[in-house]
Amino acid sequence: MNSEPRFRMVLTTLVALILTVLPLPPWMDPARPAFLVLTVLYWSIAAPRAGGIALGWFGGLALDVFQGPVLGQHALALALITYIFVREHQKIRSKPAFQQALIVFAAIVIYEFIVFAIDGWSGHPITSSARWLHSVTSAMIWPFAAAFLTHRYGRSS
Amino acid sequence: MAAFGTGARQLQGRGGSPGFRFTLYALLSIVIMFLDERSHWLENARYFLQAAAYPVQLAVSSPSAAWSWLQESFATRDELRKENNRLRAQQRAIEIRSMRFDALQKENAELRGLKEALPAVAERWEVAEVVDVELNSLRQRVLLNRGTSNGVFKGQAVMDEKGLLGQTLHVGPWSSEVILITDPEHAVPVQIERNGLRTIAVGAGDTASLALPYLPANADVKTGDLLMTSGLGGVFPAGYPVARITEVHHDAVQPLAQVRAAPLARIDLDREAVLVWFRPDHPAAPGTATMSDSKTGNARIQPLPAPPRAVTAPAAGTAPAAGTGAEARTSANAGASGSKSTAAAKPSPAAKPTPSPTTHAAVPPRESGASASEAAGTPRAERPQTPRSEPPRSKPTETGASPTATEGAKSPAAAAVPPSPEPAAPPKPSPAATPPPEQQ
Repeated sequence: MNSEPRFRMVLTTLVALILTVLPLPPWMDPARPAFLVLTVLYWSIAAPRAGGIALGWFGGLALDVFQGPVLGQHALALALITYIFVREHQKIRSKPAFQQALIVFAAIVIYEFIVFAIDGWSGHPITSSARWLHSVTSAMIWPFAAAFLTHRYGRSS
Repeated sequence: MAAFGTGARQLQGRGGSPGFRFTLYALLSIVIMFLDERSHWLENARYFLQAAAYPVQLAVSSPSAAWSWLQESFATRDELRKENNRLRAQQRAIEIRSMRFDALQKENAELRGLKEALPAVAERWEVAEVVDVELNSLRQRVLLNRGTSNGVFKGQAVMDEKGLLGQTLHVGPWSSEVILITDPEHAVPVQIERNGLRTIAVGAGDTASLALPYLPANADVKTGDLLMTSGLGGVFPAGYPVARITEVHHDAVQPLAQVRAAPLARIDLDREAVLVWFRPDHPAAPGTATMSDSKTGNARIQPLPAPPRAVTAPAAGTAPAAGTGAEARTSANAGASGSKSTAAAKPSPAAKPTPSPTTHAAVPPRESGASASEAAGTPRAERPQTPRSEPPRSKPTETGASPTATEGAKSPAAAAVPPSPEPAAPPKPSPAATPPPEQQ
């Protein structure tokens, strides 16, 4: 593990962050896949040693700066599901894409639930059901995102 | 997924097992959350993080910025000329409308018994570009390209040329995040311009609407009413236009009316916003967050001892009082012409024992006076002519009423109980008379 894959990792995470905060028309916004989460999850099963929980945590913190009501909210949620993925990366990696997508769906639901819980705790509860929509779109886009990242960045590492 | 790269021979690298590292990070984030939420130690950290995030936000906004730049640079000569003509016409209209502004301001000061006209409440303003927009049902925020290096502070009012836009929430060195009035977490204390009824307008998570959830079912509110800032809450000064009522539903079962309003600011179209600095010692300036604190008021503008009251010309903000108030209201609604208000003011000595016009009159905004008088119908514009021909007696009435309203913007108790010997029936202050300070 030299510094080269880390560089790629940080680069893709940054791009994913930009995609996550890019302004979209309001009707499209709830359906926007959680690009940052997908990328971090991809790296945590593709290169669990290089990035892993630290990547998830810092990525989440960056997201908090952009759109969290409380600092550390997305960081905690993303660190948790990254931890699960890093721990189980061998099992998850060997699954076919469809099952991976289901696992990703479950992970993003957990992630969103933590964010939701912290929203409630900090007094900004948003109970609209639209906030759960992006877990579905993220799961749908997962096979393509993973294939893209593998094709583009995953080969030589 | 065929070609996942790394084998996972060993996960224990530097920093211990994943479980240990996760516990560490989880604790760290919990501590950060706690500090960020419960105390404000992290303001400085946020300041630097915002500075670090600014380049990314610029990058994010660059496609749309590039697009508008392209559009502008490829605009044809013809279009430019058309726009130029339109702007020139607009400027002429504004100039004509503000032509008598200075004279009116002096007149107003004279009527209020002040030595000199008050300066405008807005001391300085700066146009900022909208760098990033977040307009979804959960959060309605924009990012402006001005920060502490330009003197921006937290909780500063942001407007566009049509009305109130929001307030700054997090301020970084070169950027500041603005929470819009339509954000579901934002509430702005407002006052109905027609009758001075105070309430709170809460964002509905939609750029086109605000909710007014605290108006009782019998509140005097109509479609088309203009909402202005009431000056309570300590962030926005009194008298700036906010929204216009779009729908009013009275449900016989509900104790509260369901009222919606449309913001005047073009929230989803703005590429620019104006940050405003207010004169802190101005009577219309936003007070401190506590409402009992009336020290911010200018000592010269204290309400005068209540003079014998008369039914004055129905000013723009006359509230319906008992009895004669009803006709005052109808004439105000009819848009009393100058001659009519003279007629209404003349029998003042005779009409002394009637209830005073309640003093909820909306504070006339100093610099947006033109638009306000336009919105309120004609009477305000006509007023200067009338008192001149009046016996001086009508002056104290005017002076007595208006500063009380000004003061009332800061201390609702003063406004709810007018200092007149005959107790008028003030319009019931809505529950919003004691609003919580706005969320910062």
